[in-house]
Amino acid sequence: MIHDLLIAPFTEFEFMRRALAGVVALSLAGAPIGVFLMLRRMSLVGDAMAHAILPGAAVGFLLSGLNLFAMTFGGLIAGFAVAILSGVVARNTELKEDAALATFYLASLALGVTIVSMRGTNIDLLHVLFGNILALDDQTLLVIAFNATITLLAMAVIYRPLVVECVDPVFLRTVSRAGAPTHLIFMALVVINLVNGFHALGTLLAVGLMILPAGIARFWSRDITGMIAVAVVSAALSGYVGLVLSYHAGVPSGPAIILVAAGFYVVSVLFGSVGGLLRQWFPGHHLEA
Amino acid sequence: MSAQLQFRNVTFGYDRHPAVHHLAGEVARGALLAVVGPNGAGKSTLFRGIVGLLKPLSGTIERGGLGVRDIAFLPQSADIDRSFPLSVFDFVSMGLWRDAGAFGGIRGRRRQRVQQALAAVGLTGFERRAIGTLSGGQMQRMLFARLMLQDAQMIVLDEPFNAVDAKTSADLLHLVQHWHAEGRTVLAALHDMDLVRNHFPQTLLLARGAVAWGDTAQVLTPDNLIAARQMCEAFDDEAAACAAEVASARAA
Repeated sequence: MIHDLLIAPFTEFEFMRRALAGVVALSLAGAPIGVFLMLRRMSLVGDAMAHAILPGAAVGFLLSGLNLFAMTFGGLIAGFAVAILSGVVARNTELKEDAALATFYLASLALGVTIVSMRGTNIDLLHVLFGNILALDDQTLLVIAFNATITLLAMAVIYRPLVVECVDPVFLRTVSRAGAPTHLIFMALVVINLVNGFHALGTLLAVGLMILPAGIARFWSRDITGMIAVAVVSAALSGYVGLVLSYHAGVPSGPAIILVAAGFYVVSVLFGSVGGLLRQWFPGHHLEA
Repeated sequence: MSAQLQFRNVTFGYDRHPAVHHLAGEVARGALLAVVGPNGAGKSTLFRGIVGLLKPLSGTIERGGLGVRDIAFLPQSADIDRSFPLSVFDFVSMGLWRDAGAFGGIRGRRRQRVQQALAAVGLTGFERRAIGTLSGGQMQRMLFARLMLQDAQMIVLDEPFNAVDAKTSADLLHLVQHWHAEGRTVLAALHDMDLVRNHFPQTLLLARGAVAWGDTAQVLTPDNLIAARQMCEAFDDEAAACAAEVASARAA
């Protein structure tokens, strides 16, 4: 019974195994990025960047059809352009990064829609918008795994300057020139992981597997390393439970994964050991010292 | 004694308005200098210029062979994100950046140095505490521990004793005196004139420019302090280009 419920879908069907492998790779790379986005108060920046990627992927689709590399490349170009331009404007003018980003992602979105409508093609953007994690082929899975590997390696390189820049940016500027390159690499990783996510979850939900686990982790750990660990595990678990749920209930997999993550989030808000509501309502007796 | 810092007619400011205007003079190597003046006098601006966070609008600054990254700087703590989930130990170990860089592990000897720095500021036992749970005084102690680990020849402290109790002030002042005794150059922006008179041999009285600079007893006179208080804090939006700068640009 338990085997049929939890394991059989993956032993019986290859597409389920591929989906699981994809979602684990996405969790390993995307969740740590999400933790830093949240801690830098940039949770919605991820969402804006996801919108910025959409036109690039759509143009790739327009030029080459449902070609993995064209869409990935288009998404990366659009994402990088918006990230770099908004970063340049924010660092050199009075405009803050969120306002600069809002301007550029809206322009990117409008440009994408204009290009598509000028061609007069009624293209099927559903794949780009909502992805299809149950249709990951070898090539897509390899791209996801490759991007996840690059992300983890890059995170290992920029981890310390990234933490220092988050906590005390002035200190980092006085001891090292690493601040600006670190920020740029981090934004590049955000773009790479959003593009990575759109194959499986679509551009609109890709950010979900980054930000929701980060929000969950905030309620279970006071330490950045612990938070990253909780975020990765909860992202992968959401992926697994979401896939099982979609298999048995016949609901779309991408939204199922995100809804399961949202469920974990609600549980964490209520029962989390760090600042959860229950802990606040029933804190227990105070200690001696 | 050679100069650690030389200001050559230097002006620091924002959006072309001078916050510290035409400062000239030098700080000797190993000096213990208090920088005093009313709010808005340009103390923090001057310090940001010294550590390279702000470029001069005009003039130059020489750092006696030190690069800006060889200077340890204690800014006002408003710049620190205290909600970030980081332990006191990890925060203080940032001070080892020059030694460990972006990749070096904090083990063995380095770990011991962090422990020693924490012990020196009285924060033994706080290693695993999140930085967000510290009081104002404990936070300042933690920042001093990080400064110690930077092991810098020049140390710049922006209002280091602000909002801390008398005991913490005394402990931290003792550290400052220890650094001075080791031959390091220490600059501190301060508001407590008694503390300056009793413990700082040299003082720069600033009011958007130098009002007086030299031995503390000669600088902190009633006349000088009144002159500093009469400083105009606001920028003048209608101000013309600085005549002295225009003249020196023409001569060049």
